[in-house]
Amino acid sequence: MISLSGVAAQFTEVMLAVLLAPLLTGWVNQCRAWLQNRSGAGVLQPYRMLGKLFQKEVVLAHNASPLFRIAPYLIFGCLALAAAIVPTLDIDLPLNAAADAIALVGLLALARMFIALAGMDVGTAFGSLGARREMMVGFLAEPALLMVLFTASLISNSTSLSTIVETLAHKAFAIYPSMAFAGVAFTMVSLAENARIPVDNPATHLELTMIHEAMVLEYSGRHLAMIEWAASLKLFVYSCMGLALFFPLGVARGGDWLGILFALPALAAKLAVGGFGLALIEIMSAKMRIFRAPEFLGTAFLLAVLAMLVHVLLEA
Amino acid sequence: MRERSTRAATLLVAINPLHATLGIAAFWLAIGAAGLAAPGSLRLASRVLFPASAVAGLLLAATALSGIFQPPTALVLPLGLPDLPFHARLDALSAFFLFLLGGVAAGVSVFAAGYLRQGEGTPPGLQCLYYHVFLASMALVLIADDAYFFMVAWESMALASFFLVTSDHRLPEIRRAGYLYLLIAHLGAIAILLCFGALQGGSGDYTFQGMRAMSHSSGWATLAFMLALVGFGAKAGILPLHVWLPEAHPAAPSPVSALMSGVMLKTAMYGLLRVSLDLLGVTVWWWGVIALALGLATALFGVVFAATQSDMKRLLAYSSIENMGLIMAGFGLTLLFRSFGMGTLAALALTATLYHCLNHAYFKSLLFLATGSVLHSTRQRSLGRLGGLIHRMPWVAWTALVGTIAIAGLPPLNGFVSEWLLLQAFLFTPGLPHAYLNMLVPVAAAAIALAAALAGYVMVKFYGVVFLGQPREATLAEAHDAGAWERIGLAWLAAACVVLGLVPAAVIGMLDPVTRMLTGFRIANLSHGWLFLAPIDPQRASYSPLLFFVITALLVAAAWVTVRLFYHGRVRRAAAWDCGFPYLNARMQDTAEGFGQPVRQVFEPFFRVEQHLPSPLDATPRYREDAQDRLWYWLYLPVARGVERVTGLVTVLQRGRISIYLLYSFLTLLVLLFLVR
Repeated sequence: MISLSGVAAQFTEVMLAVLLAPLLTGWVNQCRAWLQNRSGAGVLQPYRMLGKLFQKEVVLAHNASPLFRIAPYLIFGCLALAAAIVPTLDIDLPLNAAADAIALVGLLALARMFIALAGMDVGTAFGSLGARREMMVGFLAEPALLMVLFTASLISNSTSLSTIVETLAHKAFAIYPSMAFAGVAFTMVSLAENARIPVDNPATHLELTMIHEAMVLEYSGRHLAMIEWAASLKLFVYSCMGLALFFPLGVARGGDWLGILFALPALAAKLAVGGFGLALIEIMSAKMRIFRAPEFLGTAFLLAVLAMLVHVLLEA
Repeated sequence: MRERSTRAATLLVAINPLHATLGIAAFWLAIGAAGLAAPGSLRLASRVLFPASAVAGLLLAATALSGIFQPPTALVLPLGLPDLPFHARLDALSAFFLFLLGGVAAGVSVFAAGYLRQGEGTPPGLQCLYYHVFLASMALVLIADDAYFFMVAWESMALASFFLVTSDHRLPEIRRAGYLYLLIAHLGAIAILLCFGALQGGSGDYTFQGMRAMSHSSGWATLAFMLALVGFGAKAGILPLHVWLPEAHPAAPSPVSALMSGVMLKTAMYGLLRVSLDLLGVTVWWWGVIALALGLATALFGVVFAATQSDMKRLLAYSSIENMGLIMAGFGLTLLFRSFGMGTLAALALTATLYHCLNHAYFKSLLFLATGSVLHSTRQRSLGRLGGLIHRMPWVAWTALVGTIAIAGLPPLNGFVSEWLLLQAFLFTPGLPHAYLNMLVPVAAAAIALAAALAGYVMVKFYGVVFLGQPREATLAEAHDAGAWERIGLAWLAAACVVLGLVPAAVIGMLDPVTRMLTGFRIANLSHGWLFLAPIDPQRASYSPLLFFVITALLVAAAWVTVRLFYHGRVRRAAAWDCGFPYLNARMQDTAEGFGQPVRQVFEPFFRVEQHLPSPLDATPRYREDAQDRLWYWLYLPVARGVERVTGLVTVLQRGRISIYLLYSFLTLLVLLFLVR
């Protein structure tokens, strides 16, 4: 079941994801700039920033432990694997058998746990504040994400991501009302998980409101670069997951290179539109107080449970 | 060499596992008695007795492993009352739980060899006695084959653990914890006794063999099941009989806490499985619903309370309640599937349940032992006085990290596998021939997902506050790492967490005889290779932790090597930046209470909060907030008051004057004469 061309396709996919993820971040930032009537720094700005950070030396706090130093690589590795599991270009990839939708959620949770632990490692007020808030967002968002994926797995009778996308993309072309609820829930979860407005603001360093940035304050140099790159990868993974679940058109099936060649521009177009949509949501909403985040994510969780109920009642 | 090892293996198979188990239980009792020979001698207990007991644990695990795959063996012991001998029997279910007991006991005993100290409450020899009676009685509970033997072993287990809990009996709160534990243990024991009474169905035959042969009417069966649920649920810490657990488990010395959480709670699960799936011939579907609902409520309750604790051992005790809740939910699902005749799915749910029992035994013991090392090294158990121990105690910190990831249910370690299996079982429920149940299942799956996510929160709090950050007390600078014995124990349990996580296919192969025995079915797709775990069929769901682990490790290594290849590796040490704030100190970190605050706010209705806030004019302001268990006020205190009122009525008789007591005797005699006439 594991063929050479499958492995090659898998490798291509991971490399593309890792290399192109900062581009998506740059594109979202650029769209935001345009929508705010600014000229923006260009879509390549994240690469320039990564290059700069890699050149700089690492300044470590005196009491930073080895965990603090390996965490950026671990987080990066987890998210790169996540990018490999989500069927972005091709459905039938060898790693799809190694981890299904539940394992994907577990993988994202593992990355979150390491970043939160790293945030607490130096022992600053901001670090533990950020870790606490990140874990709070996590425990509300993770079950909602799992419920969204469960709705999709109940429709396709499988938790394997490739079977889910296969069912949603290629088989009986039906309209699933449950997926509408799931889609709204998924959007809310992705906003929270990727530290986006209205839950968090990726551009802020205003102490009292930040979540993600507060955890990584002590990182510098190549470590910070890995963390930023991992954050881009996370946005990429979530975007691809959303596209695969809700707009799965154009995905290739079964290690077919021609299909992948066609899937690439389709994916790029979908990501461009999705990134623009994300920027649109961000400039049209205001950041919430942190205490409102549980309400926001609680709504997402309820919507996702509702999606499952709708599926059981109407579609089963 | 190879020949010799195969010969050793055949020898192992040739030994009757039941005889071996009895032998090991007797050996443990002998070790306990030997400890009594020199109760004050620390050398004897820690250098000879506990290591020997660990070896016995390993042997038990090995014989039990071979026992799982052998046909059941039974034995009538020449012990017990005249005409009422003890019956013992070892089948796949007993063997599985004995395997769990042996493996965990090996790790915990080695650790205990380095953990015992002179002058901490009960002398070492006496502790050695209680500890080994506890181990032996747990082994005997698992092989008992009649109600009499079972109750004797069960009560010895409860009493031995009571004495272990009250090791530090000079502290009043520990005596109080011990009393509460003993009380609820006995409430549970009464329920279990009555359950056996209902099971024998008037035949007077209290052997399990006789109970198995009886055909129970659904009324008696329901009564027996409910009594078993109460009795074993009280031992397992299931809501609402959980209050003793967060008091008793932290009060005991850490190796004992590890055994109680890791193994004793599982004996309760063993009892429940034995009664409901083996002794009772029938299953009614709504039993499963009750067990499922209780399990989910317990899981959510436990994890929410764990998040707000500020004592590290209490936090772990509440987390045990959560895990027992998850196990109970899996058990409920098993009953549900079995009652609707969906055998394969019942096998899947049962596999998830048993797998989680095994996992919880290892990772919870590991974490309790780690808290023991921290406690000995720092003399602190309050999270608010710890921190930064990863620098001073690297061994403990890194093994505890394994336990932390495992208990948070994250891949690729063992906690994730059982959660994965459980969620898979939930995803199949829409096939149930019952409309309402189909609607309730999404809610149940959502509750499991929420509990699992909260467990991650709790464990980040635990690990982050204890091992990371800056030390919150000056004395922590003198903390020292665990000794050699302790390290072996920690490493053994951590390695088990990794192995159970990476080779789930082998573990499931081991569980197969148990599920076949209890449900009559096996998981549909057992032979899908050792690499992939695909319980139903690979199209449906598959997971390969080993591949997962290897690929993640490769990606991490590739990232590291690439960065090193293209860029420099310069590092400069400096003070923490903290947004340019120069006066950073340890008190600015989150406290345990602070870290738990979001959970307390989101789940406010769970708690009964008492707040004392100072007025703005107060010169020495004091803040106090106490989040308590509502059930204590809703259930326990009213019951206690009721009991007190009833006993108050008895005092009417008690006048304290001898003439009145003589009058009572006289009246009693008169009444008796009247009746006898």
